[in-house]
Amino acid sequence: MNNIKKNRLKDQTFKVWGIICTLLGLVLLSIFIGSILVDGLQRIDWDFITSLPSRKAERAGIFTALMGSIWILVLTTIIALPLGIAAAIYLEEYAKKGRLSSLLEVNISNLAGVPSIIYGLLGLEIFVRIMQMGASVLAGSFTLALLILPIVIVSTREAIKAVPKSIRDASFALGASKWQTISSQLLPASFGGILTGVILALSRAVGETAPLIVIGALTYVPFAPQSPMDEFSVLPIQIFNWISRPQHGFEVNAAAAIIILLLITFIMNGIAVYFRNKWQKKLY
Amino acid sequence: MESQFILEINGRKSYINEVFNLMNNNKKDTVIDTNIKRKHKLQAKGVKVWYDDFMAIKGIDMNIRANKVTAFIGPSGCGKSTFLRLFNRMNDYVDGFRMEGEILKDGENIYGKKVNVEQLRKQVGMVFQKPNPFPKSIFENVAYGLKIQGIRDKDFLKEKVTDSLKQVALWDEVKDDLNKSALALSGGQQQRLCIARTLAVEPSIILMDEPTSALDPLSTAKIEELIYELKQKYTIVIVTHNMQQAGRISDYTAFFYMGELIEYDKSKKLFTNPEKQQTENYITGRFG
Repeated sequence: MNNIKKNRLKDQTFKVWGIICTLLGLVLLSIFIGSILVDGLQRIDWDFITSLPSRKAERAGIFTALMGSIWILVLTTIIALPLGIAAAIYLEEYAKKGRLSSLLEVNISNLAGVPSIIYGLLGLEIFVRIMQMGASVLAGSFTLALLILPIVIVSTREAIKAVPKSIRDASFALGASKWQTISSQLLPASFGGILTGVILALSRAVGETAPLIVIGALTYVPFAPQSPMDEFSVLPIQIFNWISRPQHGFEVNAAAAIIILLLITFIMNGIAVYFRNKWQKKLY
Repeated sequence: MESQFILEINGRKSYINEVFNLMNNNKKDTVIDTNIKRKHKLQAKGVKVWYDDFMAIKGIDMNIRANKVTAFIGPSGCGKSTFLRLFNRMNDYVDGFRMEGEILKDGENIYGKKVNVEQLRKQVGMVFQKPNPFPKSIFENVAYGLKIQGIRDKDFLKEKVTDSLKQVALWDEVKDDLNKSALALSGGQQQRLCIARTLAVEPSIILMDEPTSALDPLSTAKIEELIYELKQKYTIVIVTHNMQQAGRISDYTAFFYMGELIEYDKSKKLFTNPEKQQTENYITGRFG
């Protein structure tokens, strides 16, 4: 009897503790978002989004940084997606299980944990200097693609792994080759999971600052990039730049830019969640 | 001189005899060969299988007859499923799989170097324990095997899908929802769909790995009826845990135990008057 009471008490305690932990995160996040909204919401209008940077806080806008972020996002996707998915398919379906493949696996997981500034240094040396891309959108995209590649690979592998073995069996038993099974069964069935992983990886990329600063992205660009070889800035760098200025007006600008950046990542995460739910239902 | 001549004639005679014998023998051989081809669709010769260090099949010789239903029975882990999956090489993907011996289909070793595994699997279809339709429409499920062969002709595909669904008596139930997801079907319907999908690629042999173990009695009865009809056109090998089922639908039954083929006979004989004590113990429910 005593024991049962004790267990119930433990149960209750843990439940309360769990609620506190959960709320702590949520409360902090909402305080943060709230204060940002209070500071920045008034500043957001169409002009703010379409204006070029300026020395005067009231006239400055995020147009070039936003366009830079979009360029980076699109190019990073184009580079990282095929590489990541192909690598994941190879590791999951073709690579013989053995010492080499487990070595590869461990290293890919390690890469996901390497600080982003290291990727910046790598990008600076390889893409900017050796491949002579300069501090261009392309160099930035390659650097970020490298950064998110491990995440794309790991999440794609998980998605492919989640496809029931029975579907593989059925396809092989009908005389399908490995590639036919991958392309017409495994990839469509794991599409939702792959997409989720890719979008989450990209929403990380869109918030990255350090590696782009290292490869030489500008803090002030008077024009939006017109080609992959142009110089660029991105939203996080613009925010960093504004925050480090003494005038109050720029602080408001920074808050407004943060709202836009958050909006972009929230929308991307929302899309990821939507696809995950949609495709998961389809599979089982 | 004379003696030499006789010797020579004798020599030629024996030579001619030899040629005649050879021709006769050859003739006899080919007759036997076609006989085997007609009677024995599948043959196992000294088959041994390992998974890493574990020996799953310990040397089995077996002939499986054409257009008959052959049932594999035995307790769990006796190797009957492993043995079944040798015939369409589905064990190839299992880590640590290794095999010795030969499996002949229509007299040809399917583990030979030049064998195209994809081609083999089109001729040796398989139905699995749990219904495993693709997460696609009913139509796409049945058409898949044809589409991967590069067949794109819509009318032909439609005809094949219709035919196959009719063969498994599913057509009337689904003819209006061909574009619906196959996952919306009941378990029994799904399993019949899986059989239809197998029939669509026109195999000559169908392997079934406990096809009714996940189904209710009514669906099971339907599948059994279907198997009975299918044996007119196909050679069927079925693994089952259900001895009544083996008795009902199979012409021949093989009893496996611990990776060995203990007894293999006409089902009637094996179930009423088994030769081996182990078989009798198993079919009377004394173990397993």
